[in-house]
Amino acid sequence: MADERFDAIVVGAGPAGTAAAYTMAKGGLKVALIERGEFPGAKNIFGGVLYRKQLEDLLPEFWKEAPLERTIVEQRLWVLGEDSVVTLGYRDNRFQDPPNCWTGLRVKFDQWFASKAEQAGALPIYETVVTELLRVDERVVGVRTDREDGDLHANIVIIADGVNSLLGKSLLLHREWQPDQVSLAVKEVIALPKQTIQDRFNLEDNEGCTIELIGQTAGMAGLGFLYTNKDTLSLGVGVMVNDLREKRIKPYQVLDSVKRHPMIARLIQGGEVKEYSGHLIPEGGFDSMPPLAGDGWMVCGDAAQMVNAVHREGTNLAVTSGRLAGETAIAAHRRGDFTYHTLDAYNTAVKASFIHRDLKKYRGVHGLLGSGDSEQLFDKFPNALNEAIYQMLLVDGVSKKQKQKVAMRLLREAAGGNMDLLRLGIKGWRAMNG
Amino acid sequence: MLHIVACIKQVPDSREIRIDPKTNTLVRQGVPAIVNYFDLHGVEEALRIKDEFGARVTVVTMGPPTAEKALSQCIAMGADEGVLVSDRAFAGADTLATSYVVALTVQKVEDTWGPVDIIFCGKQTLDGDTGQVGPGVACRLDIEQLTYVEKTEHLDINTREIIVHRHLEDGVERVKANLPVLITALAELNQPRRASLPGVLRGIRYKPIVWTTNDFPDIDRSKIGLKGSPTIVSKTWVPEPKQVDTEFLDTTDSKAAASHLLDRLYATGSLQNSVLA
Amino acid sequence: MADAKKKRKPMIGLQPEGDVDWSQYRGVLVVVEQRKGIAKPVSLQLLGEARRLAAKLDVPVLALVMGYQVSQLAQEAIYHGADKVYLCDSPELDHYRTRPYSRVCLHVIRKYLPEIVLMGATNTGRDLAGAIATHLPTGLTADSTQLDVDEERLLLASRPAFSEKMLATILCKQFKPQMATARAGVFEQLPRDPTRTGEVIPVPPQMDAQEISTEIIEFIESFRRVNLQDADVIVAGGRGLGGPAAFGLLEELAQELGGVVGASRAVVDLGWIGHDHQVGQTGVTVRPKLYIAVGISGAVQHVVGMQNSTCIVAINKDPNAPIFKIANYGLVGDLFQIVPALIEAVRARNGEAIPMNMPVNS
Ligand SMILES: Cc1cc2nc3c(=O)[nH]c(=O)nc-3n(C[C@H](O)[C@H](O)[C@H](O)COP(=O)(O)OP(=O)(O)OC[C@H]3O[C@@H](n4cnc5c(N)ncnc54)[C@H](O)[C@@H]3O)c2cc1C
Ligand SMILES: Cc1cc2nc3c(=O)[nH]c(=O)nc-3n(C[C@H](O)[C@H](O)[C@H](O)COP(=O)(O)OP(=O)(O)OC[C@H]3O[C@@H](n4cnc5c(N)ncnc54)[C@H](O)[C@@H]3O)c2cc1C
Ligand SMILES: Nc1ncnc2c1ncn2[C@@H]1O[C@H](COP(=O)(O)O)[C@@H](O)[C@H]1O
Repeated sequence: MADERFDAIVVGAGPAGTAAAYTMAKGGLKVALIERGEFPGAKNIFGGVLYRKQLEDLLPEFWKEAPLERTIVEQRLWVLGEDSVVTLGYRDNRFQDPPNCWTGLRVKFDQWFASKAEQAGALPIYETVVTELLRVDERVVGVRTDREDGDLHANIVIIADGVNSLLGKSLLLHREWQPDQVSLAVKEVIALPKQTIQDRFNLEDNEGCTIELIGQTAGMAGLGFLYTNKDTLSLGVGVMVNDLREKRIKPYQVLDSVKRHPMIARLIQGGEVKEYSGHLIPEGGFDSMPPLAGDGWMVCGDAAQMVNAVHREGTNLAVTSGRLAGETAIAAHRRGDFTYHTLDAYNTAVKASFIHRDLKKYRGVHGLLGSGDSEQLFDKFPNALNEAIYQMLLVDGVSKKQKQKVAMRLLREAAGGNMDLLRLGIKGWRAMNG
Repeated sequence: MLHIVACIKQVPDSREIRIDPKTNTLVRQGVPAIVNYFDLHGVEEALRIKDEFGARVTVVTMGPPTAEKALSQCIAMGADEGVLVSDRAFAGADTLATSYVVALTVQKVEDTWGPVDIIFCGKQTLDGDTGQVGPGVACRLDIEQLTYVEKTEHLDINTREIIVHRHLEDGVERVKANLPVLITALAELNQPRRASLPGVLRGIRYKPIVWTTNDFPDIDRSKIGLKGSPTIVSKTWVPEPKQVDTEFLDTTDSKAAASHLLDRLYATGSLQNSVLA
Repeated sequence: MADAKKKRKPMIGLQPEGDVDWSQYRGVLVVVEQRKGIAKPVSLQLLGEARRLAAKLDVPVLALVMGYQVSQLAQEAIYHGADKVYLCDSPELDHYRTRPYSRVCLHVIRKYLPEIVLMGATNTGRDLAGAIATHLPTGLTADSTQLDVDEERLLLASRPAFSEKMLATILCKQFKPQMATARAGVFEQLPRDPTRTGEVIPVPPQMDAQEISTEIIEFIESFRRVNLQDADVIVAGGRGLGGPAAFGLLEELAQELGGVVGASRAVVDLGWIGHDHQVGQTGVTVRPKLYIAVGISGAVQHVVGMQNSTCIVAINKDPNAPIFKIANYGLVGDLFQIVPALIEAVRARNGEAIPMNMPVNS
């Protein structure tokens, strides 16, 4: 055992853990930041869009030095038919100043972010896996790692080990995630010359564009994305694990079919796949959030299911929860009390923050999809929409009135009749409006 | 007590190096640096000797300031001291100039902590890839060199005799030599240890000793860095990527596929009938 | 410690000793590596290449043969292209040892002043070249795969750099001789010509036996050692084999094809097979006529070690495995189906061939 004690140990150098470590180190605490990867970000992936607001609370004007890819000025939504697409988009140069969000790559970003925590005084311990929490009675008093003499003691352990949180499980905060609480995302990073990307996406310099994709996921609940980085594209799909199981489809098959879609294929043409990875995304939302604090511990980020699936926000919530946990730890340190009584302040802080509000608003999204609904929403409907619009736009002598009828019929049929269309609509509306 | 020096070099992780297709130059930016693979085997062997007989292990490297990290890694494994020899004037060194500075460093290490009995180097580096620095250092210090060592069979610290196995293309050579020696390490030599947690903590906090040209009053400045390097890289180019039109054979029937493949291989001369050959 | 501070003798290799009139250096010298009087293939290949360079420079090809009872090898060197052979034949040179060998080399270089010195990039060649180049001192290019000379008589030695991603041409303008080690299997050996004649110049050993402190206790020749470098056929396995047992299959196939078994680092690290078998950046660089990659993904570090094989066959169940990018023939499927089928097919053919072409019992 290492003889020294820390004020706090953070497990996981993702956005949540690093934010916590940074906050505490700044506050003068003696902090160890433990990460199993070779370096932070080595094993992490995300879409990824990074937002300004929450990070700025921690690191003012961080974007001036952080390794970000492109500033997003345009966001598009594509509803994919088999060979066609219905597009919707919004572009506004106001998103540039101040920037609203960026594309980023975790490998670079996490490293940089962690280096900030390091500079603030946190001790980085990498390539080290925390295998269990050390406990005395119910109190968490430190961690055991996979290294020789690997126990490390601290007053507080902050659990930020991501979606698959083994430590969370060991505290019985949650069981194995159920297949309908997580989706599996696969993603490729595809290299293309900078200029080619700019030409294909109508961008200049550091401008970026994101495209969210609905449809062509073989009837499973899931979304795709295509984001522009400096000289790469991030292309991925995330699909609910229960649907994958039911359909016996491998996630990369879904990605492959998206890649072959004629509208996508031309955007990635000639690119070289540099990286392929898969990762779980918590989708359970508000209702699967575990208790956030106990005697000697707090949990934040994905480990606490803090992901807003509808708005693809995760890092946001992770960073803010990490910061709040860090601030709570500082207060606990001042009082010399590390029990649930003090640490519960973190719970309160999360409740008062946007995390709670946003997740609560969307709490109905999870469970929205009864059996068969995925098929309708993510397959039949996008196809029908494409077909309907095709019929509308095709000038072939058929009267406009007749065309409108056909289009409506197509949509109705896809939804399984008028009642179902209505039902889906109402369900969706309720879910979004909590 | 034995005194062992392990020479290490920080190299870019070749997994990450790319060629910019436009400029045909290396993209080194953002490429993580690692301790040269073979050097870790040298460090490990030094530590094993330390575990068995007791020894002081000093790790030395010539490189940029960022190479401190490489030394920390060795300290975490259990080395006693790390020396970084770093100066702009050393930049651009080829193996001849490198071996001069490393040899000077070993001499200064001796002046500081006492005579050195064994020097470990890696078989070769992943970037320079020459395997010449080790023999160069041994030659300059006028000590025996044992290269491509895959096993330390025997070490007697009283008679100062060492027996090692050298790996050659056609066999193994058991060689006996007297200390001091310089050994270059193969991967077969050992499995580098994973640092313990207290080791990692020590490594993270360790501040290596840094020596610059000023710490070597007698250094011959015409023999270091680019100036002291007789070899000149006159040209680099990216070889035309091998253009292969991969022919995918239908594998629904393995037997047919196998037979099909053999037909091709015999027809193109890739295979000759081994019985006749 | 105090006496460590004593005045040291000057460090070796700081100034070229003796003559510095570089124009007197003439000729291309190949240091011939041998075991038991038989030259390494790479040495003969280098004699062939040296002829080409020497013709351009209009100078003789020189060879240096060192060993014990190796005088016939001096003749062989002539048959393979040397005009003059320096022969140092002495009991203490029976086995290669750095010091006695390098002293002889230094003596020959300083006395006969060759402008170029070439050696095989074998473990022994690299050991020796590194010592000599430092001693002289001069520049040394490692692992060359292309050699040439320009109008100024400069040696242009090109070698792979940065994990074989690039090639670099390296010059040494400052000193002579210009030295390079060169890879096996790259250069063409000349056909042996027993009518060729040349001069053999005996050279005395340069160290007394009792001065030499290292001792070769024994040399264990490994017949079973995989000689990947010289193999024509390599059947290599990776993590796709699922475990050490499947290497038995590859061994069988290799045997049928008259080849040897190679491996990726992943499986060597897993302990499924010995280090000797590892192909790649931290293993051996190979260029056989046929390379069959079985269950190998094709990571760059592996590929750099085998991409120059004449023909590459890849067997992998993942159609996107990068190995297919460099494969001439791709078989997408389960190796446990394909490899046994291949073994059977080769057996069938080998079986056919025997009775047809030669007496089975010969
Ligand atoms: C495909 C995909 C796309 C996404 N797109 C976006 C997006 O566009 N925008 C957005 O805001 N969010 C996005 N997200 C979500 C976002 O990535 C996560 O919500 C966020 O990274 C959570 O941060 P975290 O720190 O909680 O967890 P993680 O980032 O998962 O970090 C956990 C860390 O803990 C380490 N660790 C785990 N166990 C141990 C252990 N036992 N010992 C030591 N270390 C351990 C891990 O190696 C990891 O570094 C996306 C996610 C995915 C998968
Ligand atoms: C500094 C450094 C140096 C390195 N040096 C080397 C080196 O010298 N040599 C080297 O090889 N590597 C080297 N590596 C490692 C290299 O990066 C890869 O990790 C390694 O080559 C991968 O080995 P693999 O292809 O066997 O395994 P994997 O990448 O795991 O590939 C296994 C493959 O088998 C396929 N497969 C699985 N089951 C079957 C089946 N039943 N039938 C058919 N196919 C199947 C899979 O689709 C997969 O493609 C080095 C790495 C580093 C960092
Ligand atoms: N800059 C350096 N500092 C210390 N040791 C080095 C340096 N460069 C090379 N070495 C050692 O020499 C060995 C052979 O290097 P190389 O000749 O570059 O292949 C390496 O494995 C190291 O042990």
